[in-house]
Amino acid sequence: MRDLRVVRQAVWAAVPVAALLLTVTALPAAAQEAAKEPAYRAFPLIGSRLAVWAVAQLHLNFAAFILGVPIFAVIIEIIGWRTRQEQYDWLSHEFVKLIFAAFSTTALLGAFLLFLFVGYYPKFWTYMTSIFFPTYWIYALLFFAETFTVYLWYYGWEWLSGPRKWIHVGLGVLSNLFGTAILLIGNSWVTFMMSPAGVTETGALKGSVWAAINNYTWMPINIHRLIANIVFGGTIAAAYAAFRFLNATTDEERARYDWMGYIGNFVALSAFIVLPFAGYWLGREIYAFNQTMGITMMGGFMSWLWIIQAILIGVLFLGSNYYLWLGMERIPGSERYRKYVPYMLTILAIGFMVWATPHSLIVTLEEARAMGGTHHPFLGFFGVMSAKNTAVNLMILTTFLSYVLYRRANRLSIRPWVVTGMAIQWAAFCVAAAIVVFYGVYGYFVESIVRIGFSVYQVGAVLGAIVLVMTIDIPMFRGAKSTGTIRWGRIPARSQYVLILLAVTFTWLMGLMGFARSGIRQYWHVYGILRDTSVDAVTPALGYAANMITTVTVVFFALVMFIFWLGGLSEKGKAGAHGAAAMPVIAGGSEDPR
Amino acid sequence: MSFLRSRFVQAVVILVGAFVVLRFGIRPPAPWSVIQIYMAVVVLAVLIYVSSDTDSWRSFVDPIRATLVDPGRRPVRLVLAVLLPILLGYYAYTQAAAGPEAPAELRAVHPAPPSSIQFRSKEINISGVDNPLRKDAANVKKHVAAGGEIYVRNCMYCHGDNLDGHGRFAAALNPPPANFEDPGTIAMLQESYLFWRIAKGGPGLPRESTPWSSAMPAWEDRLTEEQIWQVTLYLYDATGQEPRRWETAH
Ligand code: HEC
Repeated sequence: MRDLRVVRQAVWAAVPVAALLLTVTALPAAAQEAAKEPAYRAFPLIGSRLAVWAVAQLHLNFAAFILGVPIFAVIIEIIGWRTRQEQYDWLSHEFVKLIFAAFSTTALLGAFLLFLFVGYYPKFWTYMTSIFFPTYWIYALLFFAETFTVYLWYYGWEWLSGPRKWIHVGLGVLSNLFGTAILLIGNSWVTFMMSPAGVTETGALKGSVWAAINNYTWMPINIHRLIANIVFGGTIAAAYAAFRFLNATTDEERARYDWMGYIGNFVALSAFIVLPFAGYWLGREIYAFNQTMGITMMGGFMSWLWIIQAILIGVLFLGSNYYLWLGMERIPGSERYRKYVPYMLTILAIGFMVWATPHSLIVTLEEARAMGGTHHPFLGFFGVMSAKNTAVNLMILTTFLSYVLYRRANRLSIRPWVVTGMAIQWAAFCVAAAIVVFYGVYGYFVESIVRIGFSVYQVGAVLGAIVLVMTIDIPMFRGAKSTGTIRWGRIPARSQYVLILLAVTFTWLMGLMGFARSGIRQYWHVYGILRDTSVDAVTPALGYAANMITTVTVVFFALVMFIFWLGGLSEKGKAGAHGAAAMPVIAGGSEDPR
Repeated sequence: MSFLRSRFVQAVVILVGAFVVLRFGIRPPAPWSVIQIYMAVVVLAVLIYVSSDTDSWRSFVDPIRATLVDPGRRPVRLVLAVLLPILLGYYAYTQAAAGPEAPAELRAVHPAPPSSIQFRSKEINISGVDNPLRKDAANVKKHVAAGGEIYVRNCMYCHGDNLDGHGRFAAALNPPPANFEDPGTIAMLQESYLFWRIAKGGPGLPRESTPWSSAMPAWEDRLTEEQIWQVTLYLYDATGQEPRRWETAH
């Protein structure tokens, strides 16, 4: 039995390395061949476009997962190490186990994607190679470094414990650095395709490759993906925990996975709150690069894509708040905060409605006549950015309020200044909300160039309020009186389905945004430089894309379940090796999960 | 009033109330497609509301359960068993019975403009271009007056005397002529966008602006470049709107 495990692990370890070796050796050969090759070949049955689309999306999902999770896994490990609380170490190990399991699949999909490019889009690939060849080597080397660091991080858990723990934490940090570097390189290729820079009009590299890397959308996408990866990793890990929770047979197991799910969701939510700002910045840069592209993205055939996005994000907001509210049930003393739920829910629902109000309405002729045009005189106000920014900022504030209430649910502050403290906190909320609404309304009275600047004030007000409230909250509730211990595991099962729903929603959303990012290139491989002359040069309609995204999401979750199931196999028989002592028996007042 | 404290009753009241407000409270009536989105959000929120803690969920589910299984509720059950299928049938009927009206379609009102167009075999940039007549500040008045004349001769029949889209022909057209007074039309477009639209008209629109073809004529063969800029100037002047400015790349 044991031998078998070793063999299996060795095979797991060899797979990505082999894939990479193949990849690296394939490159120069492919580039040479390309001169006599056709520009395109047709992938059997489904066509090249769908093949690349599906594999790229799957690869990206896995990559996002294995790049996102280590970021918070290492933070949690450090918390466990510094506070000497075993359960954090257990949790971190649990997270890294998931990364580890998904590692080979990521590499395999990456290699597969590359073969598709080389084989089916040889001209495109030759061109990309002519620009980016130097980065391929760095990428490959980084991948080796990343692989070995993660393997050492995972396998060295016991070996590097105790006084050697700092080395172990160092490995975690290192794997994050390598991972991020890999992300940045991959992003440079993809953003170059959107917003090429550093090349002549015919596409030849002008100076160094750096100019091509550092194009308009590179940094915004780096930031956006980095944050989104954390959200994604958090939701997938939480869904995994939910799955384990629902399958659990003992109270102890339920408690543990309830806690894991909570942390996963907490991580996702914290990162999610800043994601809209990063997205907004990316949008601005796309406009700055090319206004036609910006208009195609926001106003043209993609305008409805943003409505779907708004609906998905609305579901994410509602879902994560709902999960927090349900979670209050495991906290004695939380009853006093229940009365706020209807109000917060109302704000979220109205925000959701405003955000989901389309700019181009679907109307019948009769409705259009009644409205005196294709624009509704009243709903039209909700269709524009000003309203949407206001709505999303208020939703973020509300979600943050939910979390603040959750945090103090079983605590009574013993500070003498608690009344003042709370008054300031409420004032911070109100002032931020007032600023957001003020600029939202004022935005209608100024022209668009000025209005765009307003969103910065709105974001600033919200972030400022968050920082201020937390600065007061942390000392205020340090050493607070407890109204009871959190009863981990005592949460209605529907909360766990919410976690799964959040993961699926976010995966779908990622697919959709990937389509948007890729689709705005329209009939270009590299925008304005290398034209797509294949049969698939048309940008598919939204419904078609939605079907495709759904298919990929289903396949992704099937793969994830399979992989996690595989990962779980090795657990059987050695149950408790890493957890029996690590039950999160957390006393009230000190359970602060951050 | 304990009746009102039942979560089930509350949920029904909220749903009905929200529908009434959305359907009849918004004037002119909101398009059905929007009401559908709104109601979906309300239903979601109500479900969250009733299930956000266990007591509340029980108080929501109990009456439903009782209606389904309590021997005492048999009459209610019978009524529902007849009423619900009838309602569903009615819904199916409304969906299937085709009215004389064209179905609602999503149409991109403002598709992305091309970055340049061929105008009488001359290349004219659209992207980043402002109305050249504005530079000639001394003559702007004159150009506006000329634009007004062009408007009355060519555009009024559709776009209306008041530039509100209610011209003579308007009633016959789908999509209806643009209402320039509406802040959702020219006020959010750059002037060169208008140049493109006026020069190329409905035939110049991309596919996403179909399925119904726009009746807006292509004016490139009837108006000169200058005349198009003049009428553009007039549209903004007469409605008091400001054209959108181009953002400068940093
Ligand atoms: C036969 C009727 C008709 C005539 C005549 C006509 N238009 Fe139009 N116009 C339309 C219709 C219908 C639309 C809306 C559909 C569309 O955008 O193509 C429209 C749209 C427009 C738009 C686009 C507004 C927006 O928000 O996108 C502009 C600008 C415009 N017309 C200007 C003019 C000008 C200037 C003239 C005269 C030179 C003119 N039109 C003459 C029917 C007409």
